[in-house]
Amino acid sequence: MCSILGIVNENRKRLSAKYIVEGISLMNDRCNGLGGGFAAYGLYPEYKDYYALHILLKDFELKDQVAEMLKDYVNIYKDEEIETRNVERISQDYIPWRFFVDVPERYTSDADNYIIDLAMKINNTGGALVISSGKNMGVFKAIGYPDEVARLYKLENYKAYMWLAHGRYPTNTRGWWGGAHPFSILDYSIVHNGEITSYGTNKRFLESYGYKCSYFTDSEVLAYLWDLLVRRHKLPIELASEVLAPPFWEQIERMPPEKRRIIEALRMTYGPAMVNGPFGIVIANGSGLTGTAGNGTMVGLSDRIKLRPLICARKNGTTFMASEESAIKAVCKNPDNVWAPHAGKPTVAMVNGDV
Amino acid sequence: MEMYSSVPEFRVDIDRQACRLCKRCIENCSFGALEWRDNKVKAFNDRCVACQRCVSMCPEDAIALRRTPSVMSAHPIWTENARRDVFTQSRTGAILLASTGNELHEQVIFDNLLLDACQVTNPAIDPLREPIELRTYIGRKPRFVELEELGDSLRLNTKLSPALKLEIPIMIAQMSYGAISVEAHEALARAAVMRGTTMGSGEGGLHKKLYPYADHIIVQVASGRFGVHPAYLEAGAAVEIKIGQGAKPGIGGHLPGTKITDEISETRMIPIGADAISPAPHHDIYSIEDLAQLVNALKEATRYKKPVLVKIAAVHNVAAICSGICRAGADAIVIDGFRAGTGATPKVIRDNVGIPVELALASVDQRLREEGIRNETSIIASGTIRNSGDVAKAIALGADAVKIGTAALIALGCTVCKRCYTGKCAWGIATQDPELRSRLDPVEGAQRVSNLLLAWSIELKEILGAAGINSIESLRGNRDRLRGYGLDHTTLEILGVQPAGS
Amino acid sequence: MRIVANYKHYKELNEEIFQAVQAGVAELTLEDVNGQRFIADCLKGKLNIDIYGTPGNDLGMFMDGPTVTVFGNAQDGVGNTMSSGKIIIHGDGRDILGHSMRGGKIFVRGDVGYRVGIHMKTYKSNVPIIVAGGRAGDFLGEYMAGGIIIVLGIHNRAKKAEILGDWVATGQHGGAIYVRGDVDESKLGNGASQFRVTADDEITIKKVLKEYCQVFGLDLEGLLDAEFTKIAPLSHRPYAALYTCE
Repeated sequence: MCSILGIVNENRKRLSAKYIVEGISLMNDRCNGLGGGFAAYGLYPEYKDYYALHILLKDFELKDQVAEMLKDYVNIYKDEEIETRNVERISQDYIPWRFFVDVPERYTSDADNYIIDLAMKINNTGGALVISSGKNMGVFKAIGYPDEVARLYKLENYKAYMWLAHGRYPTNTRGWWGGAHPFSILDYSIVHNGEITSYGTNKRFLESYGYKCSYFTDSEVLAYLWDLLVRRHKLPIELASEVLAPPFWEQIERMPPEKRRIIEALRMTYGPAMVNGPFGIVIANGSGLTGTAGNGTMVGLSDRIKLRPLICARKNGTTFMASEESAIKAVCKNPDNVWAPHAGKPTVAMVNGDV
Repeated sequence: MEMYSSVPEFRVDIDRQACRLCKRCIENCSFGALEWRDNKVKAFNDRCVACQRCVSMCPEDAIALRRTPSVMSAHPIWTENARRDVFTQSRTGAILLASTGNELHEQVIFDNLLLDACQVTNPAIDPLREPIELRTYIGRKPRFVELEELGDSLRLNTKLSPALKLEIPIMIAQMSYGAISVEAHEALARAAVMRGTTMGSGEGGLHKKLYPYADHIIVQVASGRFGVHPAYLEAGAAVEIKIGQGAKPGIGGHLPGTKITDEISETRMIPIGADAISPAPHHDIYSIEDLAQLVNALKEATRYKKPVLVKIAAVHNVAAICSGICRAGADAIVIDGFRAGTGATPKVIRDNVGIPVELALASVDQRLREEGIRNETSIIASGTIRNSGDVAKAIALGADAVKIGTAALIALGCTVCKRCYTGKCAWGIATQDPELRSRLDPVEGAQRVSNLLLAWSIELKEILGAAGINSIESLRGNRDRLRGYGLDHTTLEILGVQPAGS
Repeated sequence: MRIVANYKHYKELNEEIFQAVQAGVAELTLEDVNGQRFIADCLKGKLNIDIYGTPGNDLGMFMDGPTVTVFGNAQDGVGNTMSSGKIIIHGDGRDILGHSMRGGKIFVRGDVGYRVGIHMKTYKSNVPIIVAGGRAGDFLGEYMAGGIIIVLGIHNRAKKAEILGDWVATGQHGGAIYVRGDVDESKLGNGASQFRVTADDEITIKKVLKEYCQVFGLDLEGLLDAEFTKIAPLSHRPYAALYTCE
């Protein structure tokens, strides 16, 4: 059991962290203080052209080591410690650091894959974890309840047009900073409620596409699957969702022929990418990726037989997606519309305008 | 020179008080172990194979078969079997013939693998009420799907390779007409139709009676090329090239001329009474590139409408071989483990050549993944799949589907008496004798095989549901849901499975 | 008595309710409720509880007697294993509403979610009843062993959506579901079948809907002026042939 919440303003109006923190905190009964985290988009407008690497460092000495490694591969425009304050219940297991980097000119045509490879390299060194690597966005996470993590990172100092939050109740794996959500790769971030029974299948499938799973938790595969399907294989969001939560064969057989052909092809091709077991997820996707320039999105999705809850609401161009309606009502008392999405069908909120 | 081996293995006990002298047992014994002498049934214990036919046919339950108590002095190495084999060969100077599967290696790794289930953190899914899917497509899958936007609609630009659609991930193995009766063949084909799966023609062609079921039959092309002609290739749901089988890797075979009846002659397209010889290799495949050539020839012949499978015995270098087979264009690879059954094989080969299917499967699946070509072929595992637990474990190790042979025959009435090679099967399965064949009703037999497949399917859904999985593709290759129990470190490493408790 | 829930934790809120009930208060109004779980959990006897806001999960769990009215939407698990009483929801209900319910009534004006009425049971004179004014999600009446579910499809929020989801009444072995309108055969799960509504069924429907209409101020005649479809089990022992031994 975990809590998830996403808030996005389609006009890129930047909201203070207050709302997301209040909303996620209302669901503290869904988590146990062993992991909390946030993703924020529109975070660094002044550095929006640089990849913002949020890196957790096991100790201070590692900082120079990571910086040296980065220098071999990218240009570091700026780097600094991510400011934190002491929070009673949180032990500072890691030092969070941010690097703004760009990719050397000769690699810019494939900059995104270049950054992913680099992130996986750093994760493999031990002691340093890249927790986000997109542009104009960042992830903040630690062990603790979400509100404690928000205080730790001084989230009140940040504004973003799109926020994700997660409160964790770890099951299969221990509570550690790296295992807290969101999981992020490039401009994709994901928060997940549930447990993936197909993890082994998904992980081995991803490995054959070059992904390395290093966070010891099932939720990690969701971020990579989304990256594979949407960014690399360019599937529309609706169809990528049908890969993660495919219709049953008996439902496919009742579809019109052309749609049926497509869905059958997807199920046959991406069978190992199907995510089994209960899940409710919210995926945030900023923009500005090479080759996929366009609008940012937030997508809510539950498993195909609805074993985890997901409620959506809208008010004046702001869309909310949450585990519980009360979390939305905590920050938006009278939404224009509240609805429970269909199992396995994505709810998509689009962000207008370019970065 | 008479020696100890003449001590019969079994003893037929007849309850003289109960016996009402109806002679049904005598009529039913196809091995001549019972005769009418001095107005009573006399047993010739040395001919008895314990096939249980007389036992089940006796209306008075007057017959019991017993294993003869050992009369030899015990020796741990020179077992009775070892001594008996030496004696037999010293008498005949011939290869020991055997049926069914490996008797020397009793360990089945499947039994040392444990499946997982959900508790609390995840709901078990109730298969009786919530949908759980077993459908499986056998064939090459694309690495990604390409779509094109056309106005409001999307067009699929990826062309899918032909695939076999199976409603259950359990297929019926290749067993030839000749090795088994046409009645057995028909029963298996009907069962395949009933359960939405396939059966294999085996290498002996397809009896004309079987053509109505051909869209559920995988027609085999083996080294003897018996009964292979355009109509045969066109009729099948898929074509399977047999390189080898687990019970006799690297060994050819022959169906003796005495068994080539007119119907078998017509089906195999060879003269009545002539030996049907299957060479050890295909004489058009002396290397991997030749396999590619045959795969492509068959694809041409079937106008690229049917998957082409390649079956091999699990041998030491199976992973590398399967990589080559995959790259040769095979849409599926059948890996037949060293415990697999057969109608006739040299005993020394059956018991000593090849490796267990669990290890072969695990290493092939991993190798193809490492090479990034796992999607290009399906993997089918066979060789002692005894129950739905074995099916689930094989799939979790990485198989797309499994094939069953012996289990299907047992459903038809086989009692595993291991005398298939005699052609005297008392149950009408491994025989061409018209009287014996008439004992097997294909419709009734089909129902029994179908029942078996149905029962396993329901059990598979229970296994999946307990693991919180509602579609078989999420178990496939999901080794995280297996644990090893009582397996050594190296074996676990090859299987890619953690030890229980970790 | 009026209690403002505001940001109180459910333990605090429910303790206040419990104390009030112990003191003999029979009319309670809860305001600014948002996400507090287990409201009216295991409360017994004649009580009226009006809730403004969004009560949290497991509203009215194990409840035996009270009438709870929600002016808004409810969350998952309304009336979980409830014994008797009434829950009225003026908005939508969510998933597993009426789970294992063994008596009483749940009236929802809007839509309901997934697995509504799952495993509800009839025992002797206890017949649980659920009425949904809008649509119902997949697995409606799953394993249903007794009781009555009525789905009206009149306040369907998602206008285009069908009244019923898939796998309706899968594993049903008791009770009845009445749907206002036709039901596509493909919607039914294993074990359930469609039947013609009999005179007895009509009497049942009318009786239940009369009360439903009074609660929400709806026109009974208008509601009844439609064909209902009955979904009931084929067998009380759908799995009799499932197991074998020797």
